Amino acid sequence: MSKFTFPESIRSRPVYGTLEPRAGAAHLLIADAHGAEAILDVATPDMMAKAHIIYIPKGEPFEDKLRALKPAQFYSGPTYAAAEQRIHKAFADAKMGLQLYLSGTEGVIGQAQHAAMQAGIPHTAIQTEHRGSTARRMQCVHCKGITEDVDVDPFQCAHCGLHLFVRDHYSRRLAAYQGVCIDAEDPGNVPPSKGIYE
Amino acid sequence: MTIQFNDETFRDDYSFKNSDWAIKRFPFPFHEDSYMYSVNMEQHRGGPDGSIYEKRFDVDEHYVSEMRDRAMVLADDPLRCQSLPHMTLAGWDLLELIMVSKSEDYPDLFELHRNGDKWRWVNKPMGIDDSFTFLDEATLPYGPMEYITRQTQGDFCVLDQRDDNLWMDAGMITTQADWSLDFDIGMNFFEWHAPVPLAHEKGIFVRALKFLLSIQQGAPARRLNWTMTVNPLLDTSPENYHKWGIQKTSVTPENIGAKQHLRVELQTFFRLPRSNALVFPIRCYLCCFDDLMSVPKWGRRLHRVIRDLPEELATYKGFIDNRPMMLDYLSAFDDGQPTSMGIWPDRDTEPPLKT
Ligand code: HEM
Repeated sequence: MSKFTFPESIRSRPVYGTLEPRAGAAHLLIADAHGAEAILDVATPDMMAKAHIIYIPKGEPFEDKLRALKPAQFYSGPTYAAAEQRIHKAFADAKMGLQLYLSGTEGVIGQAQHAAMQAGIPHTAIQTEHRGSTARRMQCVHCKGITEDVDVDPFQCAHCGLHLFVRDHYSRRLAAYQGVCIDAEDPGNVPPSKGIYE
Repeated sequence: MTIQFNDETFRDDYSFKNSDWAIKRFPFPFHEDSYMYSVNMEQHRGGPDGSIYEKRFDVDEHYVSEMRDRAMVLADDPLRCQSLPHMTLAGWDLLELIMVSKSEDYPDLFELHRNGDKWRWVNKPMGIDDSFTFLDEATLPYGPMEYITRQTQGDFCVLDQRDDNLWMDAGMITTQADWSLDFDIGMNFFEWHAPVPLAHEKGIFVRALKFLLSIQQGAPARRLNWTMTVNPLLDTSPENYHKWGIQKTSVTPENIGAKQHLRVELQTFFRLPRSNALVFPIRCYLCCFDDLMSVPKWGRRLHRVIRDLPEELATYKGFIDNRPMMLDYLSAFDDGQPTSMGIWPDRDTEPPLKT
């Protein structure tokens, strides 16, 4: 799958790079869906001998290929929430020299990155690469409800029902974009939804 | 002078009003006939007698009612006040700064009695007389930042300074111009300013941050910022935007003079001694168009500023749709005569409106 080039945006919006193999005492790789392809690109036999891969397939067919890399540890789970405790433990157990590789959708990269920072992993040890869906994790500023994988704008909040404009303003702490009521000044005037990057 | 505190509301029936005294000292934010973002900062070392610059933390006739409004906002949404765990010491620094400043600047209203770490704080307008142990959280009904900012007009951001940046790690934010502390907490200077148009490209934030990082204890700074608000609504939060946004459509040519308010923020910057944090009080002053027009210089100038304001700024500040109606109203107060430099009303020297 080809990589999406995000348009220029505002300063709170994260930017992503391209994973590169680095020397490290241990390697933790966390990915969802097409993020697996970034792992396949970056993996080396040396790295895999000391690697822990945590993968959330979301219906994509990469699990066998990842296992074939023969990482020291491999886990596949249904959702980020399901994998979260394992991820926290991996951070808590991390020794000096851990290298962290995050790839896939913005929602998973953002949540794992926040957890890593909270756990004190230095930001210089963290690399990110976006792959696959450009959908956003979004917080409704009104009801504070979080919705995963929002790919259209405006978007009707699944929690409170308001029609939201999906802003580019992004909070790393919430790992989410902000959604704000789009028809507050003209109730009912909600333009038809289209893809966020259309 | 002794201050007569108003009993007024900033919601529902909007009984908020400025006295002649409050209008005269209103911080009109335009020093010339046009406006663009700039690094408009100066030392905060007092100002003319009676002006809003005179004291470190200005107290005015709206004090008691503003504090009542804040309590209501917090009851509805406690997340308007948050402090990350490492910010407690900065909260004590802030409590000390405000208590010392207010008791020195307004001895008839506030008293601070200190005996070692045993402190007694008397706030007469709010009927508070509390004794507590400095640096012992268990002796106050709220955390130190929340305790003192429930008794001080204006919003407060408390910024941690590290990695050559400022981090919004604590705040009391209930009178904000449409931004969310709950969303922005933990962001750095460039991140929380991300939505502002044009200023990044002009290098304003890079220069402003450099200035702020070097602010020293005892040498505070200040600047003015402004926007527009329909009705004297303090809590223009994004959280409640789906409720208050509709009020913007209630403006008509008949009511605009009373409903449309110029909203001015006196922003100050103080270095805090123990934590080395920076505190950023954002004090909001509201004045309706009718009252502003009682000063001929402000009438002429406001018309010219709003007329020539770049579209990006009018959009960001949220009044692009109402701008034509504002200009219809304001143009009647602009007779084309020149205006004097500076923000002050200059009532004695500026000519009355030619009709
Ligand atoms: C450290 C103290 C400061 C804090 C906490 C702060 C906070 C904020 C916030 C939260 C916003 C709203 C952004 C949004 O739309 O979500 C804002 C807007 C803005 N800030 Fe700051 N700011 C600070 C210092 C400064 C300084 C020193 C300048 C100097 C140039 C500045 C210039 C601006 C401008 C121009 C805007 C847009 C305001 C408007 O057009 O209404 N800020 N600031």
